[in-house]
Amino acid sequence: MKSCYLPAVLLAMAMFAVAPFRLMGAPDILVANATPGVLLSYKIFYYHVPSAMVMFLSAFVCGVASAVYLFKNRLAADRLAAAAAELVVVFGLIVLVTGPIWARKAWGVWWQWDARLTSTLLLWMIFMAYLLVRRFGGQGAEKLSAAMAVFGMANVPFVYVSVNIWRTIHPTTQVIPTLAPGMRGVFWFCVLSFVVLFGLLLALRARLEQRRADVERLYLLADEE
Amino acid sequence: MTFDFGEVSVREVSRNYGRRRALTRVSLACRAGEVLGLLGPNGAGKSTLLSILSTLLAPSAGDVRYGTKTAAEAGPALRACLGLLSHDLHLYPELTAAENLRFFAQLYGVSDVDGRVAAALDRAGLLSRRDDVVSGFSRGMRQRLALERALLHEPRLLLLDEPFTGLDDASVAALVARLRELRGAGRILVVVTHDLDVAERLLDKVAVLKDGRLVAFDDARGRIREHYRAHVAEQRA
Amino acid sequence: MFLRVAWLVMRKDLTVEVRSREVIYTTIFFAVACVLVFAFALVREGRPLEDAAAGIMWISVAFAGTLALGRTFERERHSETLRALMLAPASRPAIYVGKLLGIVLLLLVVEAVLVPLIGLLFHAPIASRPLELAGLLVLGTIGFSAVGTLFAAMLVRARSRDVMLPVLLYPITIPVIIAGVRGTAALFEVEPAVDLAQMWMALLAFFDIVFVTLSLWTFEPLMTE
Repeated sequence: MKSCYLPAVLLAMAMFAVAPFRLMGAPDILVANATPGVLLSYKIFYYHVPSAMVMFLSAFVCGVASAVYLFKNRLAADRLAAAAAELVVVFGLIVLVTGPIWARKAWGVWWQWDARLTSTLLLWMIFMAYLLVRRFGGQGAEKLSAAMAVFGMANVPFVYVSVNIWRTIHPTTQVIPTLAPGMRGVFWFCVLSFVVLFGLLLALRARLEQRRADVERLYLLADEE
Repeated sequence: MTFDFGEVSVREVSRNYGRRRALTRVSLACRAGEVLGLLGPNGAGKSTLLSILSTLLAPSAGDVRYGTKTAAEAGPALRACLGLLSHDLHLYPELTAAENLRFFAQLYGVSDVDGRVAAALDRAGLLSRRDDVVSGFSRGMRQRLALERALLHEPRLLLLDEPFTGLDDASVAALVARLRELRGAGRILVVVTHDLDVAERLLDKVAVLKDGRLVAFDDARGRIREHYRAHVAEQRA
Repeated sequence: MFLRVAWLVMRKDLTVEVRSREVIYTTIFFAVACVLVFAFALVREGRPLEDAAAGIMWISVAFAGTLALGRTFERERHSETLRALMLAPASRPAIYVGKLLGIVLLLLVVEAVLVPLIGLLFHAPIASRPLELAGLLVLGTIGFSAVGTLFAAMLVRARSRDVMLPVLLYPITIPVIIAGVRGTAALFEVEPAVDLAQMWMALLAFFDIVFVTLSLWTFEPLMTE
């Protein structure tokens, strides 16, 4: 297990180093009357969408791990959930920063209250609340935060539907299947890079938590002597 | 569902809160018809042990057996056989004495609610104040009411956290008589107390806790003072 | 047996409240104060902004609801009576349902004062579709309280619980607020859009079912220390 880390780090580094060259060479999305600046702004899409995908993946991992912790009382699941929750917040931050940068160019505003933006922001808030309660909740906060993750997962479809009916202008999911052939390869390369990075960070973070638990146990043992 | 309640045994039980140890590998046992006393300075882990015995708190390691079953094996039905008189008394101050008793009697699903509530009020000496709200009661009156509340469902294992605080001499004598009666009826009693005179009159076994460890566990009578002096009194002085 | 326990717990809560009236008086006062604060922000030249009435109503309900939840469980903490309830052999989900019903009834009383007041101050046509409005309020209150009761019960043991309750509760109950505000706004229009309001009611009903089920399911593992 331990021997996998170095190759994985090197792989992730190489993939992220290669990505800019690959996507500079990719053809541009065809937008009517687009200025070069707008066309360039579409390149952010290669970072924005994979980050969003990884964010949702991480939220899913956190929710499932939290449910396992609640019902089976497995401490390892709780540690995995805590690691995943932090990654939701990190990748969510990338999504929430790159999104407005692009929107300013393409839509002319920094923020729009549409379904996908709002649900992403809310999902991010739910996991911020998860981390807050874990940090400041005191005794027994692990269970509280696990409940927050499970409820947050169940909440996603409701947020999406309710905001969707409320209003929508985000480019729809149809963008990805209709990508030009030259773009598709680059796009999935970026997705893969982010997934490798996510897996690496998740494993490292969960291992750190595991080490912390070990230290606590050693303190307890030392105390017993 | 009935349980074999011949013995309650605590085996190698530890409980920690993060890095802090509240209990370290405590093992003791108490048979039906015995009164076990828990002595020790403040913060020794007496209340934690009582919470673990009441199933409210799960041990971090080790297990507690009620008869032959652990709490997890016995399930919620076990709670019908346990009674806890906590330091927090577990009474609603806005409700009257009778309402408090009635609510818990119904919650425990006991038969003949009216009869038991009346009998409990009588024993607590509160028949004349049955319709007064608890917030107006003195500490001693609340203590007596809380004890009767914990006994309403006739628990097999009764856990008492400092039951003698706030009671006058006559009430203490009455309570000791009551607890002896329960012991005679084959109940198991675990009592946390600081009151040595009462302890000598009542206890069959003594466990002394200090810093979460069991430092003495003795069933010989008459040696209570000795244990107390050795482990508790020095720290108080 | 399940319903009997729920009934017992709810009746006990109502008896306590009828005797002290602390929560009901303070909550109503707080809700009215909220309405006034929002009125100063959203009324200009004697005329409220469009749709302001619906928004003010639901935000006041949410704020007042948080206050009521906190106070109700503070009472159970006072002499650790929540632990006494957990010690009883009664079904724990039934205890949850009893607490939930108590909170819902309390909030409905608050709303009975709040809604006419809003009609009066903002010229909102509250009587044009009374049945639909009542339906929205009842369904929304159940959804909000279902999540709130579970979190408030868990927070009884936690540190800084007064801050943590809104931090956990608001992100999860956003769909309730959106559905409540939009549905009420549809009813407050000159030509009440009843079909739109009914659609939001359906969403609320679905939210209630999912989150009450989830709470019943997680209450037992969450309350064991």
